[in-house]
Amino acid sequence: MKVRDIIRLLDAELLVEGNYLDMDVHSACGSDLMSDVMAFVKENVLLLTGLINPQVVRTAEMMDIKVIVFVRGKHPGQSVLDLAMEKGITVLKTNHPMFIACGKLYSAGVTGRGV
Amino acid sequence: MDINSIRLHYEIPGDDFTIAGEASSNVKKMLNQLGIAPDIVKKTSIAMYEAEINAVIHAGGGEANIEITGEKITIVIKDNGPGIPDVELAMQEGYSTASDYVRELGFGAGMGLPNIKRYSDKLDIQTEVGKGTVVTIVVNIN
Repeated sequence: MKVRDIIRLLDAELLVEGNYLDMDVHSACGSDLMSDVMAFVKENVLLLTGLINPQVVRTAEMMDIKVIVFVRGKHPGQSVLDLAMEKGITVLKTNHPMFIACGKLYSAGVTGRGV
Repeated sequence: MDINSIRLHYEIPGDDFTIAGEASSNVKKMLNQLGIAPDIVKKTSIAMYEAEINAVIHAGGGEANIEITGEKITIVIKDNGPGIPDVELAMQEGYSTASDYVRELGFGAGMGLPNIKRYSDKLDIQTEVGKGTVVTIVVNIN
């Protein structure tokens, strides 16, 4: 499923276009613990998180994660968005809570394991 | 010393956790520019980033020295923080002494050192309580 289809699926707002709107997403990781993301995610995935600090973008950068979705309607500060822009990372925001956002993605076929 | 080695040095500021990771980001950029394989770059970046975060969280910053040769990448993160009283305990997944503030930022879950070990080919920790800690990470290129 392409990132631009995920925007519709999650009723998401595009905060940073980045370079990956047409990337095919096969797996996703939902976590508010960045160290867990770094421990368990192996392949390129979409990251869903309720954290909105710059370390989320840093973690994505280190992990080669190309797309971040902020859940629960959280809106990060401009410095976070600027950092994502600099790295070419695509950033979305959805009002859905984590469980619902993950569920919608899974039901739509994003079932691959990132581990 | 290998005459073909590249050496990098970064100060790790300890006053603002939100900006931590700058040194690791720069090293990642450099490794990519050198054409090192993506999986090696990723391993190195994660290991260094966790160590950099640790220096900021626990020791008020420090410094990073990196040496890249044809065979391996060596990262030395040095701080003058409180030291680690029990390294074996600190290496256990889930053990953490981080503050609530750090936890709220998504770290301090006791995965830092285990992650460094997971992604490095060699990890050495020299630490003295009250003096500081030197973490040496080696990632083989071949």
